Amino acid sequence: MKKNPQTVQFTINGESKTFITEPDEKLLDLLRREGYKGAKFGCGQGTCGSCTVLMDGRAVYSCLLYAMQVEGHEIRTIESIGTHDNPSEFQQELIDGGAVQCGYCIPGMIMSATALMENETHFDDETVREYMDGNLCRCTGYEKIWSALRRVLDRQEAQNTQS
Amino acid sequence: MSDNPTANFKQVHHSVTKIDAKQLALGKDSYVGDLAPREALIVKMLWSPHPHARITSINVSKAEKMPGVKAVLWHGNVPRNIHCTAGQGYPEPSPYDTFIFDTKVRHVGDRVAAVAAETAEQAEAALKKITVKYELLEPVFTIDEAMAEDAPIIHDEPEAYVPIPIPYDPKKNLVAMVGCEAGDFDQGMQDADFTFDDTYETPYAQHCPIEPYTSLAHVDSAGRIVITTSTQVPFHCRRIVAQALGLPVQKIRVIKPRIGGGFGSKQEILLEDIVALVALRTGRPAFWQFTREENFITGRTRHPIRVRLRAGIKKDGTITAIGMDCWNNTGAYGGHGLTVVSCCGSKVLPLYRCDNIHFDGKVLYTNLPVGGAYRGFGATQAFFAMESTIDKMADAIGMDPLEFRRQNHIQSGDSSPIFAALGEGKEGTPMTIDSCALDDCIAKGAEAIGWDKRTDWRDKTGRYRRGIGMACLMQGSSIPHIDMGGASIKINEDGSFNLLVGATDLGTGSDTVLAQIAAEELATTTDKMIVYSSDTDMTPFDVGAYASSTTYLSGEASRKAAADAKRQILKTGAEILGLPVDQVQCVASHVQNTDGSQKVSYGDIACYALYSKNQYQIIGTGSHFTEKSPPPFAAHYAEIEVDTWTGLIRVLQYVSTIDCGTAINPALCEGQTEGGTLNGISYALTEQYLFTNGRMTNPSFAEYHIFSMRDKPPIKAILVPSYEHSGPFGAKSVSEICINGPAPVFANAIYNATGARLYEFPFMPEKVLKAIQAVKA
Repeated sequence: MKKNPQTVQFTINGESKTFITEPDEKLLDLLRREGYKGAKFGCGQGTCGSCTVLMDGRAVYSCLLYAMQVEGHEIRTIESIGTHDNPSEFQQELIDGGAVQCGYCIPGMIMSATALMENETHFDDETVREYMDGNLCRCTGYEKIWSALRRVLDRQEAQNTQS
Repeated sequence: MSDNPTANFKQVHHSVTKIDAKQLALGKDSYVGDLAPREALIVKMLWSPHPHARITSINVSKAEKMPGVKAVLWHGNVPRNIHCTAGQGYPEPSPYDTFIFDTKVRHVGDRVAAVAAETAEQAEAALKKITVKYELLEPVFTIDEAMAEDAPIIHDEPEAYVPIPIPYDPKKNLVAMVGCEAGDFDQGMQDADFTFDDTYETPYAQHCPIEPYTSLAHVDSAGRIVITTSTQVPFHCRRIVAQALGLPVQKIRVIKPRIGGGFGSKQEILLEDIVALVALRTGRPAFWQFTREENFITGRTRHPIRVRLRAGIKKDGTITAIGMDCWNNTGAYGGHGLTVVSCCGSKVLPLYRCDNIHFDGKVLYTNLPVGGAYRGFGATQAFFAMESTIDKMADAIGMDPLEFRRQNHIQSGDSSPIFAALGEGKEGTPMTIDSCALDDCIAKGAEAIGWDKRTDWRDKTGRYRRGIGMACLMQGSSIPHIDMGGASIKINEDGSFNLLVGATDLGTGSDTVLAQIAAEELATTTDKMIVYSSDTDMTPFDVGAYASSTTYLSGEASRKAAADAKRQILKTGAEILGLPVDQVQCVASHVQNTDGSQKVSYGDIACYALYSKNQYQIIGTGSHFTEKSPPPFAAHYAEIEVDTWTGLIRVLQYVSTIDCGTAINPALCEGQTEGGTLNGISYALTEQYLFTNGRMTNPSFAEYHIFSMRDKPPIKAILVPSYEHSGPFGAKSVSEICINGPAPVFANAIYNATGARLYEFPFMPEKVLKAIQAVKA
């Protein structure tokens, strides 16, 4: 049981932190209030995926989770992935492939793809669709996001086969 | 083309990396919601639960005393200035029929009162303490009800008027009327061997940008209001907020940061007046973001339109008459009503050669959600009718619908009487088509889809039946003599440039496209451009991102600004080199003599001009309006499989060709085409507003389905080259046209699979099944 219901402690991007919260505060609101603004508000209904973060390696909708539900868990956000000088492989493919239009869905897409890459070793199209289906995009028609991701996954699968 | 001018391009016609892609992929603070300070007050709105009612009393005193509440706004304590929320040129071709708050509500989701509080929860709690008494009025839900004798009058406020000389009769719920005639339509129908008379209906839809409407305002240290907002029209926003609040434009600054998609929905001023008022009243920053439900219910929508299409053809495939009558349901307010229905005619009728044309458009108020600008803008609705009837024409004379289109479509060197007859609230502009690669679009698309394997529906049997359908499309590129864009460009010591544009990048990549155009003109590279766009204090004016205008119009403004700067660079470069200015040229970020033996870099030229001698700022400016609106053209194809037991449609392949002139950035042009096409596919197959007594009952992505990565069929975008001489480096528009295709393409494919002809969509299984059963019977 939690000792103090007004705070929540969890690991965020590798750092253990304690935050003040309210029992009805959503994780997305806490994250954005505390400066982790890469997760976006798109629907608040768990349907668009722009708020996707990783909880213990699984992609979750932070707009549906109460902040207190992540007590003791490990949360990762887009802020832990890539820098201007060193973007991640998928970020670089998205940038090079012209897959970022308005970009509002992209951090969530990247978090879902991260869960996919970390949890699976084989990336058949059906598995990829399963992981990515919860992230809506209205700009791109998904074509360039899909092919950027496919390029990363194909390389990774080839490496997995070699090693 | 005898020679290919695109072959020498070094910046345009290349897939340069989108300049904001990295910051967005990294999730850096970019959007309005990321920029709101923690101390910002949160705004929430009380929306009307009734489709049509008069507010007889409001009591906000309890709400004002609720914890955290800093302001409550309602019709009793805000200015009452009639205005129009549609972000259009001035004066608008739309009625002034809106107040910040009114004593009447006209649709479920109309404004009643706003609360600003320290937290969202406090604001919502306070909304519950506002007591409102309504006198319920009879609602009007259909265009037939709106046109009926003695129909309830939705806009009975005496102030309502339209600021340009066009018909407006709110006592009859009539927002606008427009029409034109060419040749003799009745004679054309009499001369025909076959005639057609069909009525089509298109549904409500929402744009569904993943970022909902979002606005932020604060009062700066000098007392001016700064509005940071997710808008497609920052300059119109400034003008309209000034008008609504009764303030001078000078008092307001509007900043557009990165935008999470718009598609037309954000060509509307729906939040900015309220956050500005809250900031003024409280001295605190004010932040308002719509929920997804609010985005559906009170955000703007695609106008549902009824299109009656009459036409006549000869046995040889000559079209003798086309008559189009449109009834546009604009919902509770009239913004964009006239212009959308005008575009039903102006962006569709010129596609096929015909001497005898009739067009009539009527726009009507109802007590339903409010129509607005939506990608395609009337053309989407009318192309469903036109391209369905074109298929019926070909079928009637036993001609391949592809050949029928090829025989009749407009070509380079052609004109259409419609161009001169139909404008936006006034007559149009005569135009001769310069670039048109529609034949190539038709051929390349046909090859990609495998048109050769298409067979007659009567030969098909079994539960699952495949069909192939096609449609041809056009749009425009900006509005002639109405739209205007401006740009300025100045040089820095290292040969980089600040490109300032009024044009509004809402995720399309226009900042990148305009930088490429400026870089090409200046013979430098796109990475030397620091682009800043859409800030009413800092950048030149631009009407904003709509009417497929940014590349064609604002692109030419950027090119002109760059050419102006280039003249100054050449002059100073020549001075440094000690050469006459007519003996130097710009090559690879240098000014050099003809053989390149003497040269000086842009950086050195800038330093010379800024620090050394005859000092001045090298700065170029450019403005542009257009004399014409060259259409992009497209041919779309799909192969589908229809389950004749359930009516379910599976899309096997979609091919979306486009002639957009020179593709300034091919990857971004493909992205526009793929994205707009999928939006159109989703609209044609699944998207719909469900209503109970005027209330939309499915305002979430769980119940209003937009296509996900799993739903997405394979989409092949094919850019077909042409060169538009009036556009920057040969470019026309790209963004809107592609959304017009899927509805008629699927209607034609369903017919080719089953013999069933559908006159309304979305093509939900039950609707398709019913049509198939009617064929069997």
